[in-house]
Amino acid sequence: MRYALAHAVTHPIRGVVAALVGAALFSASAIHATAAPAAKSMDVDITKFAFAPKEITIAPGTKVVWTNHDDTPHSVGASDKSFGSKGLDTDDRFEHVFASEGDFNYICTVHPFMTGVVHVRK
Amino acid sequence: MSTKETRITRRQALSCLATWTGAAVVWTVSGGVPRALGATGSGTPAAAASSDLTFVQISDTHIGFRKDANPDVVGSLRRAIADINGLPQTPAFVVHTGDVSHLSKPEEFGKAREVLQEIRVDRVHTIPGEHDTIDDGATGYLRYFDHDGKGRSWYSFDHAGVHFVGLNNVLNFKLGTMAALGDDQIGWLKADLANVSHSTPIVVLGHIPLWTIWEPWGWGTADSAQAMALLRPYGSVTVLNGHIHQVLQKVEGNVALHTAKSLAYPLPTPGQAGIGEPGPVTVPAGELGKLLGIRQVNVVRGRHDLALIDTPLDH
Repeated sequence: MRYALAHAVTHPIRGVVAALVGAALFSASAIHATAAPAAKSMDVDITKFAFAPKEITIAPGTKVVWTNHDDTPHSVGASDKSFGSKGLDTDDRFEHVFASEGDFNYICTVHPFMTGVVHVRK
Repeated sequence: MSTKETRITRRQALSCLATWTGAAVVWTVSGGVPRALGATGSGTPAAAASSDLTFVQISDTHIGFRKDANPDVVGSLRRAIADINGLPQTPAFVVHTGDVSHLSKPEEFGKAREVLQEIRVDRVHTIPGEHDTIDDGATGYLRYFDHDGKGRSWYSFDHAGVHFVGLNNVLNFKLGTMAALGDDQIGWLKADLANVSHSTPIVVLGHIPLWTIWEPWGWGTADSAQAMALLRPYGSVTVLNGHIHQVLQKVEGNVALHTAKSLAYPLPTPGQAGIGEPGPVTVPAGELGKLLGIRQVNVVRGRHDLALIDTPLDH
Protein backbone atom coordinates (compact mmCIF):
# COMPACT_ATOMS: atom_id res chain seq x y z
CA MET A 1 0.00 0.00 0.00
CA ARG A 2 2.68 2.51 1.00
CA TYR A 3 4.74 1.60 -2.00
CA ALA A 4 1.77 1.99 -4.29
CA LEU A 5 1.08 5.45 -2.96
CA ALA A 6 4.68 6.49 -3.60
CA HIS A 7 4.42 4.94 -7.00
CA ALA A 8 1.34 7.01 -7.74
CA VAL A 9 3.15 10.19 -6.76
CA THR A 10 6.19 9.56 -8.90
CA HIS A 11 4.20 8.21 -11.82
CA PRO A 12 0.88 10.05 -11.66
CA ILE A 13 -0.50 8.70 -14.93
CA ARG A 14 0.13 5.13 -13.95
CA GLY A 15 -1.36 5.94 -10.53
CA VAL A 16 -4.58 7.07 -12.16
CA VAL A 17 -4.70 3.89 -14.17
CA ALA A 18 -4.21 1.95 -10.97
CA ALA A 19 -7.07 3.85 -9.37
CA LEU A 20 -9.39 3.05 -12.24
CA VAL A 21 -8.49 -0.58 -12.67
CA GLY A 22 -7.15 -1.66 -9.35
CA ALA A 23 -6.59 -5.27 -10.22
CA ALA A 24 -4.54 -4.30 -13.25
CA LEU A 25 -1.91 -2.78 -10.99
CA PHE A 26 -0.66 -6.21 -10.08
CA SER A 27 0.12 -7.09 -13.66
CA ALA A 28 1.28 -3.60 -14.64
CA SER A 29 3.66 -3.39 -11.71
CA ALA A 30 4.44 -7.00 -11.11
CA ILE A 31 7.63 -6.27 -9.23
CA HIS A 32 5.65 -4.57 -6.48
CA ALA A 33 4.23 -7.83 -5.24
CA THR A 34 2.63 -6.34 -2.14
CA ALA A 35 1.17 -3.32 -3.88
CA ALA A 36 -2.54 -2.61 -3.54
CA PRO A 37 -4.56 0.04 -5.36
CA ALA A 38 -3.93 3.58 -4.22
CA ALA A 39 -7.52 4.71 -4.66
CA LYS A 40 -9.50 5.83 -1.62
CA SER A 41 -12.65 6.07 -3.65
CA MET A 42 -13.85 3.97 -6.54
CA ASP A 43 -16.88 4.41 -8.77
CA VAL A 44 -19.13 1.62 -9.94
CA ASP A 45 -21.66 2.48 -12.62
CA ILE A 46 -25.05 0.84 -12.71
CA THR A 47 -25.96 0.93 -16.35
CA LYS A 48 -27.96 -1.24 -18.73
CA PHE A 49 -28.95 -3.56 -15.87
CA ALA A 50 -25.33 -4.34 -14.94
CA PHE A 51 -22.66 -3.24 -12.49
CA ALA A 52 -19.57 -1.85 -14.22
CA PRO A 53 -16.99 -2.89 -13.30
CA LYS A 54 -18.68 -6.05 -12.15
CA GLU A 55 -15.64 -7.02 -10.07
CA ILE A 56 -13.30 -4.63 -8.26
CA THR A 57 -10.33 -4.99 -5.90
CA ILE A 58 -9.71 -2.24 -3.36
CA ALA A 59 -7.66 -1.59 -0.24
CA PRO A 60 -9.29 -1.47 3.19
CA GLY A 61 -10.69 1.98 3.91
CA THR A 62 -11.68 2.60 0.31
CA LYS A 63 -15.08 4.11 -0.39
CA VAL A 64 -17.08 2.64 -3.24
CA VAL A 65 -19.67 4.86 -4.91
CA TRP A 66 -22.43 3.27 -6.98
CA THR A 67 -24.43 5.52 -9.34
CA ASN A 68 -27.57 4.38 -11.14
CA HIS A 69 -27.62 5.61 -14.75
CA ASP A 70 -30.69 3.60 -15.83
CA ASP A 71 -34.30 4.76 -16.12
CA THR A 72 -35.15 1.74 -13.98
CA PRO A 73 -34.59 1.66 -10.21
CA HIS A 74 -31.84 -0.56 -8.92
CA SER A 75 -30.29 -1.28 -5.55
CA VAL A 76 -27.06 -2.58 -4.03
CA GLY A 77 -27.46 -5.35 -1.48
CA ALA A 78 -24.69 -7.45 0.06
CA SER A 79 -25.27 -11.19 0.22
CA ASP A 80 -24.07 -11.12 3.85
CA LYS A 81 -26.26 -8.07 4.59
CA SER A 82 -23.17 -6.07 5.62
CA PHE A 83 -24.25 -3.19 3.39
CA GLY A 84 -27.29 -2.29 1.36
CA SER A 85 -28.93 0.67 -0.33
CA LYS A 86 -32.48 1.85 -0.63
CA GLY A 87 -33.94 1.83 -4.11
CA LEU A 88 -31.81 4.05 -6.34
CA ASP A 89 -33.70 6.09 -8.91
CA THR A 90 -31.94 7.55 -11.93
CA ASP A 91 -28.72 9.37 -10.89
CA ASP A 92 -29.08 8.35 -7.24
CA ARG A 93 -25.84 7.30 -5.53
CA PHE A 94 -24.96 4.90 -2.75
CA GLU A 95 -21.65 4.88 -0.88
CA HIS A 96 -20.04 2.33 1.36
CA VAL A 97 -16.58 2.31 2.95
CA PHE A 98 -15.02 -1.12 3.15
CA ALA A 99 -13.10 -1.22 6.43
CA SER A 100 -11.84 -4.77 6.49
CA GLU A 101 -10.55 -7.40 4.11
CA GLY A 102 -12.84 -9.88 2.45
CA ASP A 103 -14.83 -10.78 -0.63
CA PHE A 104 -18.22 -9.10 -0.74
CA ASN A 105 -20.76 -10.39 -3.22
CA TYR A 106 -23.75 -8.19 -3.89
CA ILE A 107 -26.82 -8.04 -6.09
CA CYS A 108 -29.46 -5.61 -7.19
CA THR A 109 -32.32 -6.80 -4.99
CA VAL A 110 -34.80 -5.54 -7.59
CA HIS A 111 -33.10 -7.56 -10.34
CA PRO A 112 -31.18 -10.36 -8.62
CA PHE A 113 -29.56 -11.49 -11.87
CA MET A 114 -27.42 -8.35 -11.57
CA THR A 115 -24.38 -9.34 -9.53
CA GLY A 116 -21.09 -7.78 -8.50
CA VAL A 117 -18.23 -8.45 -6.14
CA VAL A 118 -15.85 -6.26 -4.14
CA HIS A 119 -12.51 -7.79 -3.14
CA VAL A 120 -10.88 -5.95 -0.25
CA ARG A 121 -7.16 -6.69 0.05
CA LYS A 122 -4.30 -5.10 1.98
CA MET B 1 -48.68 -10.64 -34.98
CA SER B 2 -48.85 -13.99 -33.35
CA THR B 3 -47.41 -13.97 -29.87
CA LYS B 4 -45.81 -17.33 -30.42
CA GLU B 5 -43.36 -15.59 -32.71
CA THR B 6 -40.87 -14.25 -30.22
CA ARG B 7 -38.10 -13.96 -32.81
CA ILE B 8 -39.21 -10.98 -34.77
CA THR B 9 -37.61 -8.23 -36.77
CA ARG B 10 -36.95 -4.77 -35.41
CA ARG B 11 -39.60 -3.35 -37.74
CA GLN B 12 -42.13 -5.81 -36.43
CA ALA B 13 -41.08 -5.02 -32.89
CA LEU B 14 -41.67 -1.31 -33.47
CA SER B 15 -45.07 -1.98 -34.94
CA CYS B 16 -45.94 -3.97 -31.87
CA LEU B 17 -44.98 -1.19 -29.50
CA ALA B 18 -48.31 0.29 -30.45
CA THR B 19 -50.12 -2.40 -28.57
CA TRP B 20 -48.06 -2.81 -25.43
CA THR B 21 -49.62 -0.10 -23.32
CA GLY B 22 -52.94 1.52 -22.79
CA ALA B 23 -55.38 -1.30 -22.53
CA ALA B 24 -56.90 -3.64 -20.00
CA VAL B 25 -57.84 -7.21 -20.77
CA VAL B 26 -61.38 -8.34 -20.13
CA TRP B 27 -61.71 -11.86 -18.84
CA THR B 28 -64.81 -13.99 -18.56
CA VAL B 29 -65.30 -17.42 -17.06
CA SER B 30 -67.92 -19.54 -18.74
CA GLY B 31 -68.37 -23.20 -17.94
CA GLY B 32 -65.19 -23.14 -15.88
CA VAL B 33 -62.98 -22.00 -18.74
CA PRO B 34 -61.57 -18.45 -18.55
CA ARG B 35 -61.49 -16.68 -21.93
CA ALA B 36 -60.17 -13.26 -22.82
CA LEU B 37 -63.00 -11.35 -24.44
CA GLY B 38 -60.68 -8.74 -25.90
CA ALA B 39 -58.90 -5.61 -24.88
CA THR B 40 -60.77 -2.53 -23.88
CA GLY B 41 -60.68 0.58 -26.02
CA SER B 42 -61.89 -0.98 -29.23
CA GLY B 43 -65.35 0.51 -28.68
CA THR B 44 -67.11 -2.81 -28.98
CA PRO B 45 -65.65 -5.43 -26.67
CA ALA B 46 -67.29 -8.79 -27.08
CA ALA B 47 -70.24 -9.15 -24.75
CA ALA B 48 -70.31 -11.97 -22.24
CA ALA B 49 -73.43 -13.89 -21.37
CA SER B 50 -75.06 -12.23 -18.39
CA SER B 51 -74.56 -15.34 -16.30
CA ASP B 52 -70.80 -15.42 -16.91
CA LEU B 53 -68.21 -14.12 -14.52
CA THR B 54 -66.37 -11.22 -16.06
CA PHE B 55 -63.36 -9.50 -14.61
CA VAL B 56 -60.64 -7.21 -15.87
CA GLN B 57 -56.86 -7.53 -15.65
CA ILE B 58 -54.60 -4.51 -15.60
CA SER B 59 -50.90 -4.55 -14.81
CA ASP B 60 -47.67 -2.65 -14.34
CA THR B 61 -49.05 0.84 -13.76
CA HIS B 62 -45.66 2.00 -12.34
CA ILE B 63 -47.21 5.02 -10.62
CA GLY B 64 -44.32 7.41 -10.00
CA PHE B 65 -42.56 6.71 -13.31
CA ARG B 66 -42.06 9.96 -15.20
CA LYS B 67 -39.28 9.30 -17.69
CA ASP B 68 -39.45 9.85 -21.43
CA ALA B 69 -40.98 6.46 -22.18
CA ASN B 70 -44.21 7.73 -20.56
CA PRO B 71 -44.27 11.03 -18.64
CA ASP B 72 -47.96 10.54 -17.69
CA VAL B 73 -48.59 7.06 -16.35
CA VAL B 74 -51.54 8.31 -14.28
CA GLY B 75 -53.12 9.54 -17.51
CA SER B 76 -52.58 6.15 -19.10
CA LEU B 77 -54.21 4.44 -16.14
CA ARG B 78 -57.16 6.82 -16.33
CA ARG B 79 -57.63 6.01 -20.02
CA ALA B 80 -57.86 2.35 -19.09
CA ILE B 81 -60.26 3.15 -16.26
CA ALA B 82 -62.53 5.05 -18.65
CA ASP B 83 -62.59 1.97 -20.88
CA ILE B 84 -63.32 -0.33 -17.96
CA ASN B 85 -66.10 1.91 -16.69
CA GLY B 86 -67.57 1.92 -20.19
CA LEU B 87 -67.79 -1.84 -20.56
CA PRO B 88 -71.29 -3.04 -21.47
CA GLN B 89 -71.20 -5.56 -18.64
CA THR B 90 -69.81 -4.34 -15.33
CA PRO B 91 -66.93 -6.62 -14.33
CA ALA B 92 -67.17 -8.39 -10.99
CA PHE B 93 -63.80 -6.94 -10.01
CA VAL B 94 -60.43 -5.87 -11.35
CA VAL B 95 -57.12 -7.65 -10.79
CA HIS B 96 -53.84 -5.75 -10.93
CA THR B 97 -50.89 -8.06 -11.50
CA GLY B 98 -48.18 -6.02 -9.85
CA ASP B 99 -45.78 -3.09 -10.15
CA VAL B 100 -48.50 -0.82 -8.88
CA SER B 101 -45.76 1.68 -8.03
CA HIS B 102 -42.41 2.44 -9.59
CA LEU B 103 -40.21 3.02 -6.52
CA SER B 104 -42.26 1.59 -3.61
CA LYS B 105 -42.75 5.10 -2.25
CA PRO B 106 -45.73 5.70 0.09
CA GLU B 107 -46.95 8.58 -2.05
CA GLU B 108 -46.92 6.32 -5.10
CA PHE B 109 -48.95 3.63 -3.35
CA GLY B 110 -51.32 6.31 -2.07
CA LYS B 111 -51.79 7.84 -5.50
CA ALA B 112 -52.32 4.43 -7.07
CA ARG B 113 -54.95 3.47 -4.50
CA GLU B 114 -56.70 6.80 -5.00
CA VAL B 115 -56.86 6.47 -8.78
CA LEU B 116 -57.83 2.79 -8.71
CA GLN B 117 -60.87 3.77 -6.63
CA GLU B 118 -62.14 5.57 -9.74
CA ILE B 119 -62.89 2.18 -11.26
CA ARG B 120 -66.56 1.48 -10.81
CA VAL B 121 -66.18 -1.99 -9.33
CA ASP B 122 -66.46 -3.22 -5.77
CA ARG B 123 -62.93 -4.56 -5.50
CA VAL B 124 -59.49 -4.31 -7.03
CA HIS B 125 -57.27 -7.28 -6.16
CA THR B 126 -53.60 -6.42 -6.33
CA ILE B 127 -50.40 -8.41 -5.97
CA PRO B 128 -46.92 -6.92 -5.52
CA GLY B 129 -44.32 -6.58 -8.24
CA GLU B 130 -40.61 -6.14 -7.63
CA HIS B 131 -41.05 -2.37 -7.96
CA ASP B 132 -43.45 -2.52 -4.98
CA THR B 133 -40.98 -4.28 -2.68
CA ILE B 134 -37.74 -2.39 -3.23
CA ASP B 135 -36.79 -1.16 0.24
CA ASP B 136 -38.52 -3.29 2.85
CA GLY B 137 -40.03 -6.28 1.15
CA ALA B 138 -43.81 -6.13 1.03
CA THR B 139 -44.15 -4.08 4.25
CA GLY B 140 -44.70 -0.69 2.62
CA TYR B 141 -46.94 -2.17 -0.08
CA LEU B 142 -49.13 -3.90 2.51
CA ARG B 143 -49.85 -0.61 4.26
CA TYR B 144 -51.92 0.26 1.21
CA PHE B 145 -52.85 -3.06 -0.36
CA ASP B 146 -53.33 -5.65 2.36
CA HIS B 147 -55.88 -7.91 0.68
CA ASP B 148 -57.38 -9.59 3.71
CA GLY B 149 -55.84 -7.75 6.64
CA LYS B 150 -53.50 -10.62 7.44
CA GLY B 151 -50.33 -8.69 6.74
CA ARG B 152 -49.39 -11.17 4.04
CA SER B 153 -48.85 -10.53 0.35
CA TRP B 154 -50.44 -13.78 -0.84
CA TYR B 155 -54.07 -14.80 -0.52
CA SER B 156 -56.94 -16.70 -2.05
CA PHE B 157 -60.65 -16.16 -2.47
CA ASP B 158 -63.57 -17.78 -4.24
CA HIS B 159 -65.92 -16.10 -6.65
CA ALA B 160 -68.70 -17.68 -8.70
CA GLY B 161 -67.23 -21.14 -8.36
CA VAL B 162 -63.73 -20.08 -9.33
CA HIS B 163 -60.83 -20.28 -6.87
CA PHE B 164 -58.51 -17.27 -7.18
CA VAL B 165 -54.98 -17.31 -5.78
CA GLY B 166 -52.82 -14.17 -5.51
CA LEU B 167 -49.09 -14.81 -5.12
CA ASN B 168 -45.95 -12.84 -4.36
CA ASN B 169 -43.15 -14.17 -6.55
CA VAL B 170 -40.84 -11.15 -6.43
CA LEU B 171 -38.89 -11.87 -3.22
CA ASN B 172 -36.70 -14.60 -1.72
CA PHE B 173 -33.80 -13.57 -3.85
CA LYS B 174 -30.63 -15.60 -3.93
CA LEU B 175 -27.39 -14.46 -5.46
CA GLY B 176 -27.69 -14.30 -9.22
CA THR B 177 -30.94 -16.24 -9.46
CA MET B 178 -34.44 -15.35 -10.46
CA ALA B 179 -37.00 -14.30 -7.85
CA ALA B 180 -39.03 -17.00 -6.17
CA LEU B 181 -42.14 -17.84 -4.20
CA GLY B 182 -40.20 -19.30 -1.28
CA ASP B 183 -40.90 -22.32 0.90
CA ASP B 184 -43.34 -20.55 3.22
CA GLN B 185 -45.58 -19.49 0.38
CA ILE B 186 -45.40 -22.83 -1.42
CA GLY B 187 -46.36 -24.50 1.86
CA TRP B 188 -49.29 -22.13 2.15
CA LEU B 189 -50.33 -22.81 -1.47
CA LYS B 190 -50.29 -26.56 -0.86
CA ALA B 191 -52.51 -26.18 2.22
CA ASP B 192 -54.81 -23.75 0.41
CA LEU B 193 -55.33 -26.04 -2.58
CA ALA B 194 -55.89 -29.07 -0.34
CA ASN B 195 -59.39 -27.74 0.26
CA VAL B 196 -60.17 -27.17 -3.43
CA SER B 197 -61.60 -29.95 -5.60
CA HIS B 198 -59.79 -30.77 -8.83
CA SER B 199 -62.85 -29.82 -10.85
CA THR B 200 -62.78 -26.24 -9.54
CA PRO B 201 -61.38 -23.74 -12.04
CA ILE B 202 -58.28 -22.01 -10.66
CA VAL B 203 -57.03 -18.54 -11.55
CA VAL B 204 -53.55 -17.69 -10.28
CA LEU B 205 -52.20 -14.14 -10.14
CA GLY B 206 -48.42 -13.69 -10.06
CA HIS B 207 -46.39 -10.70 -11.14
CA ILE B 208 -43.35 -12.31 -12.74
CA PRO B 209 -44.20 -15.05 -15.25
CA LEU B 210 -44.51 -18.47 -13.65
CA TRP B 211 -42.58 -19.96 -16.53
CA THR B 212 -39.09 -19.06 -17.64
CA ILE B 213 -39.32 -16.70 -20.59
CA TRP B 214 -35.79 -15.22 -20.54
CA GLU B 215 -33.60 -16.09 -17.60
CA PRO B 216 -30.80 -13.55 -18.28
CA TRP B 217 -33.36 -10.81 -17.60
CA GLY B 218 -34.95 -12.55 -14.62
CA TRP B 219 -38.12 -13.21 -16.61
CA GLY B 220 -39.14 -16.29 -14.71
CA THR B 221 -39.73 -17.68 -11.21
CA ALA B 222 -36.95 -19.80 -9.75
CA ASP B 223 -39.26 -22.27 -7.98
CA SER B 224 -42.25 -22.14 -10.32
CA ALA B 225 -41.96 -25.90 -10.94
CA GLN B 226 -43.07 -26.54 -7.36
CA ALA B 227 -46.14 -24.36 -7.83
CA MET B 228 -46.91 -25.99 -11.19
CA ALA B 229 -46.75 -29.42 -9.59
CA LEU B 230 -49.44 -28.36 -7.14
CA LEU B 231 -51.63 -26.93 -9.92
CA ARG B 232 -51.23 -29.71 -12.49
CA PRO B 233 -53.99 -32.00 -11.12
CA TYR B 234 -56.63 -29.36 -11.73
CA GLY B 235 -58.79 -29.45 -14.82
CA SER B 236 -58.66 -25.74 -15.56
CA VAL B 237 -55.82 -23.48 -14.41
CA THR B 238 -55.23 -20.00 -15.77
CA VAL B 239 -52.15 -18.09 -14.65
CA LEU B 240 -52.19 -14.32 -15.18
CA ASN B 241 -48.83 -12.54 -15.02
CA GLY B 242 -47.43 -9.07 -15.68
CA HIS B 243 -43.82 -7.87 -15.45
CA ILE B 244 -42.74 -8.15 -19.09
CA HIS B 245 -45.14 -5.49 -20.45
CA GLN B 246 -46.28 -7.55 -23.40
CA VAL B 247 -48.67 -10.37 -24.13
CA LEU B 248 -47.25 -13.88 -24.31
CA GLN B 249 -48.91 -17.21 -23.74
CA LYS B 250 -47.89 -20.72 -22.88
CA VAL B 251 -50.01 -23.82 -22.38
CA GLU B 252 -48.83 -26.76 -20.28
CA GLY B 253 -51.47 -29.47 -20.12
CA ASN B 254 -54.44 -27.93 -18.33
CA VAL B 255 -52.43 -24.89 -17.28
CA ALA B 256 -52.57 -21.82 -19.52
CA LEU B 257 -50.19 -18.98 -18.65
CA HIS B 258 -50.62 -15.44 -19.96
CA THR B 259 -48.62 -12.27 -19.51
CA ALA B 260 -50.31 -8.89 -19.81
CA LYS B 261 -49.61 -5.48 -21.24
CA SER B 262 -48.39 -2.64 -19.06
CA LEU B 263 -50.15 0.68 -18.55
CA ALA B 264 -46.83 2.51 -18.27
CA TYR B 265 -44.23 1.82 -20.96
CA PRO B 266 -43.09 -0.86 -23.39
CA LEU B 267 -40.25 -3.29 -22.77
CA PRO B 268 -38.21 -5.16 -25.36
CA THR B 269 -39.19 -8.59 -26.56
CA PRO B 270 -37.41 -11.37 -24.65
CA GLY B 271 -33.69 -11.02 -25.23
CA GLN B 272 -34.35 -8.64 -28.10
CA ALA B 273 -31.26 -8.15 -30.24
CA GLY B 274 -29.76 -4.67 -30.22
CA ILE B 275 -31.25 -3.69 -26.86
CA GLY B 276 -29.46 -5.83 -24.34
CA GLU B 277 -31.42 -5.05 -21.19
CA PRO B 278 -35.07 -4.99 -20.09
CA GLY B 279 -35.37 -1.21 -19.65
CA PRO B 280 -38.18 1.12 -20.74
CA VAL B 281 -38.33 1.60 -24.50
CA THR B 282 -38.75 5.24 -25.49
CA VAL B 283 -40.36 5.78 -28.86
CA PRO B 284 -39.66 8.99 -30.84
CA ALA B 285 -41.28 12.21 -29.62
CA GLY B 286 -44.90 12.49 -30.70
CA GLU B 287 -45.14 8.84 -31.59
CA LEU B 288 -46.30 7.35 -28.31
CA GLY B 289 -49.88 8.53 -28.70
CA LYS B 290 -50.08 6.99 -32.15
CA LEU B 291 -48.42 3.86 -30.91
CA LEU B 292 -50.76 3.31 -28.01
CA GLY B 293 -53.36 0.87 -29.04
CA ILE B 294 -55.72 -1.89 -28.18
CA ARG B 295 -55.51 -5.58 -28.72
CA GLN B 296 -58.46 -7.85 -28.99
CA VAL B 297 -57.58 -11.24 -27.57
CA ASN B 298 -59.51 -14.46 -27.83
CA VAL B 299 -58.15 -17.36 -25.85
CA VAL B 300 -59.48 -20.87 -26.23
CA ARG B 301 -58.07 -23.25 -23.68
CA GLY B 302 -56.19 -26.09 -25.30
CA ARG B 303 -55.15 -23.99 -28.29
CA HIS B 304 -51.54 -22.98 -28.38
CA ASP B 305 -51.91 -19.69 -30.20
CA LEU B 306 -53.83 -16.55 -29.39
CA ALA B 307 -56.07 -14.87 -31.92
CA LEU B 308 -55.04 -11.24 -31.86
CA ILE B 309 -56.32 -8.11 -33.56
CA ASP B 310 -54.22 -4.99 -32.98
CA THR B 311 -55.67 -1.53 -33.55
CA PRO B 312 -53.90 1.75 -32.70
CA LEU B 313 -55.83 4.29 -30.63
CA ASP B 314 -55.38 6.98 -33.30
CA HIS B 315 -57.31 5.36 -36.09
